[in-house]
Amino acid sequence: MTAPASPAKVRGETILAVDDLVKHFPITRGVLLQRQVGAVRAVDGVSFALHRGETLGIVGESGCGKSTLARLLMRLETPTSGRATLEGRDLLSASGGELRRLRRNMQMVMQDPYTSLNPRMTVGDIIGEPFDIHPDAAPKGSKRGRVQELLDVVGLNPEHVNRYPHQFSGGQRQRIGIARALALRPEVIVCDEPVSALDVSIQAQVINLLEQLQDEFGLSYVFIAHDLSVVRHISDRVAVMYLGRIVEIGTEEEIYERATHPYTQALLSAVPVPDPDARDDAGIIRLTGDVPSPADPPSGCHFRTRCWKAEDICAREDPPTVPRPADPHPSACHFAALRDPPGGV
Amino acid sequence: MTESVVRPTPASPTPPGGHLLEVRDLHVEFRTGEGVAKVINGVSYHLDPGETLAVLGESGSGKSVTAQAIMGILDTPPAVIRSGQIRYRGRDLLTLPEEQRRQVRGKEIAIIFQDALSALNPVFPVGWQIGETLRHRDGMSRADARRRTVELMDLVRIPGAAGRLGDHPHQFSGGMRQRVMIAMALALNPKVLIADEPTTALDVTVQAQIMDLLADLRRDLDMAMILITHDLGVVAGVADRIAVMYAGRIVEHADVRALYRAPAHPYTKGLLASIPRLDVRGRELSTIRGLPPNLMRIPTGCPFHPRCPYARQVCVDVVPDDLVLADGRTSACHFAQEVHDDRAR
Repeated sequence: MTAPASPAKVRGETILAVDDLVKHFPITRGVLLQRQVGAVRAVDGVSFALHRGETLGIVGESGCGKSTLARLLMRLETPTSGRATLEGRDLLSASGGELRRLRRNMQMVMQDPYTSLNPRMTVGDIIGEPFDIHPDAAPKGSKRGRVQELLDVVGLNPEHVNRYPHQFSGGQRQRIGIARALALRPEVIVCDEPVSALDVSIQAQVINLLEQLQDEFGLSYVFIAHDLSVVRHISDRVAVMYLGRIVEIGTEEEIYERATHPYTQALLSAVPVPDPDARDDAGIIRLTGDVPSPADPPSGCHFRTRCWKAEDICAREDPPTVPRPADPHPSACHFAALRDPPGGV
Repeated sequence: MTESVVRPTPASPTPPGGHLLEVRDLHVEFRTGEGVAKVINGVSYHLDPGETLAVLGESGSGKSVTAQAIMGILDTPPAVIRSGQIRYRGRDLLTLPEEQRRQVRGKEIAIIFQDALSALNPVFPVGWQIGETLRHRDGMSRADARRRTVELMDLVRIPGAAGRLGDHPHQFSGGMRQRVMIAMALALNPKVLIADEPTTALDVTVQAQIMDLLADLRRDLDMAMILITHDLGVVAGVADRIAVMYAGRIVEHADVRALYRAPAHPYTKGLLASIPRLDVRGRELSTIRGLPPNLMRIPTGCPFHPRCPYARQVCVDVVPDDLVLADGRTSACHFAQEVHDDRAR
């Protein structure tokens, strides 16, 4: 596989930049004369930069907007406002041929390997379909040969090109989804919960495959998941989302060792450690209550209704995601602080 | 304790009155149009009052089918119980007439499921659904059932219980719905609670709340619990003993700490090594090669041998017995001691 022909690909430079991205889904009332009575603020002002060759993990609980974010990046949803550029080109206003060219460079791996593959198409047709949509990217010689090469790259038997999805296990189907995403030699892959539907023993195989492909082809990943252990394992940098916003973003070490946002700290403390001798039940921060509805988020800081540090200012002022005195990585908390020694609360 | 007492269950000799619940050499198969799937192939485990047994396995390992057989809610056909016993307080449930079996279900042994949204009836208020059990099974009056329902909802820590009796399942969050289902299971004061993946569909902060609740309820109401899960992290926090299932067999059965410190079956060892951990940083994840077996064509000898790094010729030819190790645990591996002593991961 040859690298896409274009000048000077510098590892570490920004390849995807997202600035204040917003997606509000309208809530309407009435059947004939629909009027908008509110909005679900699924993504409510998200900014980040993805660097070439890195993996940016995005974690958060259900309803925090991480999957909507993925769909916005792929232009499967139209954003309400905001900007996003891929290699300096505007991603959100592109249309027609320009959008198609941009999408060639950014592909997606979906969560559910059962519903994201068409059951009536052979694996060869599924992986080869991107070439029909992008004829200029199709291989010069035989398409079948290229598809078999891709099957080999993701660790499947190239002989199985004529089989149907139901003849494969969940983990193998996820490999088919990855092969399809790789077909056009993209530089960015958005992975939306790519291993959540897989068994533990298979999950590790797919994670290793993603890491190996990244090294081989210099891919950049936006890796969306709810499993904090998986995200730590694969990510270089991590963004934590809560109710449509990024509340903390930093290197893997900054987030997992030096988190300053109370939500991140609570989230990390709640992850069950698979070792009875290493568990520290006293160190668990127990959040009460549920995540508020994104249709009616709290004023000011969205997390304040579940936060033990909340004071009046949290209801009045929305804390920006900026570097804090406690640690130089951005955190959206008025009282950002490193955690007390675990268990010493 | 003499080594010759080979009851393949660790850490506890049979008490004088027998175990509270005991599954003995259960065999279940599913007869489908495509053939016969051998789903349970000789499962034995027991439960004593007040303890928590975790049954751990990946999809298709037979962990939920065993629970359904205990509850008597297996769909027959396609399922057929070939042989075995399920003894509750000395009586074999499998030979009881349906009328007596129904007395056990709910009143003695109750179950909660993974997906509360589909386990609850969407068209009835939750108060009515919890109360239904009390009216029909306990013969309570409407007023008494209502009072007891509020008590139960308080018990599972649903805030403002009395005001939520009339709410429908969709008006509750995922965590609250799971609490409603737990309240329903507790309605008839069961002695055994089977929790089938109770937190798999929940976010990590809510998962911690529900696991705390289950542990408290188990202690306060003096129940015994069978926790069915695929999550090695959840198990480490709450279980006393753990039974690991693979291809319809229990491959290792041990005290929780002993198992995590030094697994004695290659499958357990592989599982523990393949999960990314929040508290341990590593490079590449070790994986279990290959795929779980097709239950219509289970490999000869040890069903794990095609995926096992320790496999030798004897593993292909001979089905391993449950070997009892010095600490009382059992492992269905010809080389259990070697695996146990081999600390190299």
